Amino acid sequence: MKYTEGAPIQDTKAPAGPIEERWEKRKFSARLVNPANKRKLDVIVVGTGLAGGSAAATLGELGYNVTSFCYQDSPRRAHSIAAQGGINAAKNYRGDGDSIYRLFYDTVKGGDFRARESNVYRLAQVSVNIIDQAVAQGVPFAREYGGLLDTRSFGGAQVSRTFYARGQTGQQLLLGAYQALERQIAAGTVTMHTRHEMLDVIVSEGRARGVIVRDMVTGEIERHLADAVVLATGGYGNVFFLSTNAKGCNTTAIWRAHERGAYFANPCYTQIHPTCIPVSGDYQSKLTLMSESLRNDGRVWVPLRKNDERAPGDIPEDERDYYLERIYPAFGNLVPRDIASRAAKNVCDEGRGVGPGGLGVYLDFRDAIDRLGRDAVEKKYGNLFEMYERITGENPYDVPMRIYPAVHYTMGGLWVDYDLQSTIPGLFVIGEANFSDHGANRLGASALMQGLADGYFVLPTTIGDYLADGPFGEVDEEAVAEAEIKVRSKIDRLLAVNGTRTPDSFHRELGKLMWDYCGMERTEESLRKALERIPELRQEFWENVKVSGTAEELNQVLERAGRVADFFDLAELMCLDALVRTESCGGHFRAESQDADGEALRDDEKFAHVSAWERTPDGPVLHKEPLEYEYVKMTQRSYK
Amino acid sequence: MNLTLKVWRQSGPQDKGRMVTYRVEDISPDMSFLEMLDVLNERLILEGDDPIAFDHDCREGICGMCGMVINGVAHGEQRATTTCQLHMRHFEDGAEITIEPWRAAPFPVVKDLVVDRSSFDRIIQAGGFVSVPAGSAPDAHSVPVRKEDADSAFDAATCIGCGACVAACPNGSASLFTAAKITHLSLLPQGQPERLNRAKAMVDQMDSEGFGGCTNTGECTAVCPKGIPLDTIAQMNADYLKANSK
Amino acid sequence: MAVTGAVMVLFLVAHMAGNLKIFLGKDSFNEYAHALRTLFEPLLPYRTALTILEIVLVVSVLAHMWAAISLARRAGHARPVKYVAKKSQANGYATHIMRFGGLTIALFVVWHLLDLTFGVVNPKGFDSAPADRMVAGFDPSRWWVTLIYIVAVVMVGLHLRHGIWSAVQTLGWANRARYKALKGTAALVSVVLVIGFLAPPLAITFGVVK
Repeated sequence: MKYTEGAPIQDTKAPAGPIEERWEKRKFSARLVNPANKRKLDVIVVGTGLAGGSAAATLGELGYNVTSFCYQDSPRRAHSIAAQGGINAAKNYRGDGDSIYRLFYDTVKGGDFRARESNVYRLAQVSVNIIDQAVAQGVPFAREYGGLLDTRSFGGAQVSRTFYARGQTGQQLLLGAYQALERQIAAGTVTMHTRHEMLDVIVSEGRARGVIVRDMVTGEIERHLADAVVLATGGYGNVFFLSTNAKGCNTTAIWRAHERGAYFANPCYTQIHPTCIPVSGDYQSKLTLMSESLRNDGRVWVPLRKNDERAPGDIPEDERDYYLERIYPAFGNLVPRDIASRAAKNVCDEGRGVGPGGLGVYLDFRDAIDRLGRDAVEKKYGNLFEMYERITGENPYDVPMRIYPAVHYTMGGLWVDYDLQSTIPGLFVIGEANFSDHGANRLGASALMQGLADGYFVLPTTIGDYLADGPFGEVDEEAVAEAEIKVRSKIDRLLAVNGTRTPDSFHRELGKLMWDYCGMERTEESLRKALERIPELRQEFWENVKVSGTAEELNQVLERAGRVADFFDLAELMCLDALVRTESCGGHFRAESQDADGEALRDDEKFAHVSAWERTPDGPVLHKEPLEYEYVKMTQRSYK
Repeated sequence: MNLTLKVWRQSGPQDKGRMVTYRVEDISPDMSFLEMLDVLNERLILEGDDPIAFDHDCREGICGMCGMVINGVAHGEQRATTTCQLHMRHFEDGAEITIEPWRAAPFPVVKDLVVDRSSFDRIIQAGGFVSVPAGSAPDAHSVPVRKEDADSAFDAATCIGCGACVAACPNGSASLFTAAKITHLSLLPQGQPERLNRAKAMVDQMDSEGFGGCTNTGECTAVCPKGIPLDTIAQMNADYLKANSK
Repeated sequence: MAVTGAVMVLFLVAHMAGNLKIFLGKDSFNEYAHALRTLFEPLLPYRTALTILEIVLVVSVLAHMWAAISLARRAGHARPVKYVAKKSQANGYATHIMRFGGLTIALFVVWHLLDLTFGVVNPKGFDSAPADRMVAGFDPSRWWVTLIYIVAVVMVGLHLRHGIWSAVQTLGWANRARYKALKGTAALVSVVLVIGFLAPPLAITFGVVK
């Protein structure tokens, strides 16, 4: 696939000066909208997860006229709900040496020096307000007997800064945002459209002015116009077919915005989560994550010998390899996700994996049960253990869990500036859908933090600066009609093929291809192979897909086909991005770039930049945004 | 495994609907119930038939999107389990399985097994929140909460809004759903200022949506995938009576 | 339902206590029946207090029935399309026979009043001493009356086993910690009432009381 390199891109919105003052400065320099004018300004928010739900609610509270969309039957079901572990905040309630600066430092380092310092610092600052907000909403965080909030250390952090609500933190935080959103719906400031899927952005006179959506019940194609559009449509991990994402998660909203001119940044940065339940068969439709908090007490091991067929209980202590503790004595089982995932892949590649197909490692609670007692373990992890047993039919109190890495999160996304605005004026992108804060690897318990920071605190301030120029007047009818026709013709094309393969069968094949060639480990060869194979498969898709039913009804096959079509295009860009970035960093591991111990080796000379891709009729154009580190010195990450 | 499925098919809200029988073969016991339906649907698509429409999303038992009445039980007979987490190993080879949508007037059928649960959102709109605009919150540690209260509030707050309680209730009542939210918020200090208004507004909204009344049969809590306890309903009743006697 | 039900439970307790007087002899029973009529005399005219009690009771019964019917109607509206297959998951079938049981009890009450209060279907007729009506009513030759009575009283017991704790729940006094005690109490009250109500007729039918 050919690409050209375009002019570098800059974030012009982040103020200069001491890092701890930048967000204050920006809040002050952002123009305010007169309260009387807010009513006249229409904002569309697509997606109702932590970012979209909190943003729509907050914009409604501020008095804007908000229209919100989600593809589920209720805004409460967005996939943020599945986040288990917790949410980070630099509260330092433990007095264990945490601070805003330390959270900032950990996040920049954890992101393997591929995130913007200004953004990350702001995230750490705002994190404390999120906890306050959530508690005031009635989010039932875990508490101690003194009545104060409990915290735990999580995913590679050495301080205890993760707030949690048993294993359902995402659910509880999302319900908080959902309730705030429903309150605004009742107040009339937000109009909610459920079971609607966004299929295009309307760009008129250089500004994002609305969206084209499909009513998934009637099939009607609708146009909704506004003064600004906010995309909070989540990540694109489902390009791999099997991931921990919900079945409905897709890239369509951000991909079609990309087709309209929004740059796509770092598409190759995917996070593979180390603790998921392994695949059990070809029919598998999704993978289930087991919270990373399990690694706090569970010990990860594989047999020392290759192809050891013995039951785990029959393998004596000295024939077990607790490989994380062995290789990373300082962090042990708590190394960051990318490291733990790759280590699991390595031992399985050596033939020491366990379970069907040898694709699994043990996560063993035997020692924890001996040390803490079964009751204590049950109190901490009971619901996770039950979940594991429900899915696998095995009882983790008796036999060690089997886990394997799975695609979990995508750090890449639409490029945004400090104001969270994309390269299309008036198009804002928040939460997992943007690329902004996690660099090349996201730390555990940081996704909830970022989604809520964006939605409750950052966007509502920065969008005001843009809207201060509005209302923007009539939308060019030609632009609306053109978008509508584009959407309709894509649907018609899908229905017209009438081939012999289902959309899911293509999606599965694409996913396998991506997992094999652009998964945990990438090589020039594998990526080139993928780039050759994807267009072939895409062509077959457009010639041989079978979509039953019509466009004018609830048609789940049609919905899936449309999403798969966009995944093909995205997959190609991911592989290209991965091919161009010949270094290893965070979740992107290029086999050609590793140190003597097999650890990821960055190339800061050549790659200390964000890769922002523009889509043009002549192929992709790469714009580089250089990354500078004034506060955190770039070092090779070491967790040994 | 080979199975016979009797599935409710209804092309749209206007259609009368009927049970249709399908055979599925070579089902693995490790499949989830929805994966079994995926297999059937893939076949139906290729045969040019309309696949069975059903709601689902996270497939890990937390989003609350999936739900069907399986052999007369909401989410199937496995306790504390959503349909997506129900696995085929709990069925016998050769079994006949009936699959129906949630049945309640406030949950009209959209298509096949898909129902419209927006009435639940409207119950929350009536008062299932704490009025606290973003940015106005005091420090999280300014109000300690007894651990027992926080834990009980959490137990109620785990409701996923799937609607199984309504589907199972012989009266078609939404009391467990409504009570779960009322109880969650009334156990916490943050929920106190709006407590009685909330209970009254939510219960009145539930009634006006056309849900039935509660006769304490306990069917709801028995099928609830999160095991929301029945005493949430007593809590709701207490708050509601208090609100009305003021 | 809860409040009217509670009124009726109180009535049943008093009624049962009165019935048991038959074991103290026919005179004792007749005195009790007479005392009911002359309650609070001379403060109130003859039978006033009893009439007030009867009115409260009738109002309770009607209100209870009205509430039950409107609940059933609401349930009907809430589920216009029935399930093809439906299986109960809650324990205790008592909860599922409330409506059927209530109907049975209502029919029985009509018979019961005709039999022992108004004497219409009683061999002794209306102008007889209450104790005579009672003894005659449950005469061994009329074993089927006793049988009807047993069925009805057992039905009342089942109705109350669910009804009592359900009333407490509806009034919002129940919680998880109290559930066990509550259900136990409800079962105990039901059993006591069933035994208390069945003792006199069985004693008569088997000739212990003559």
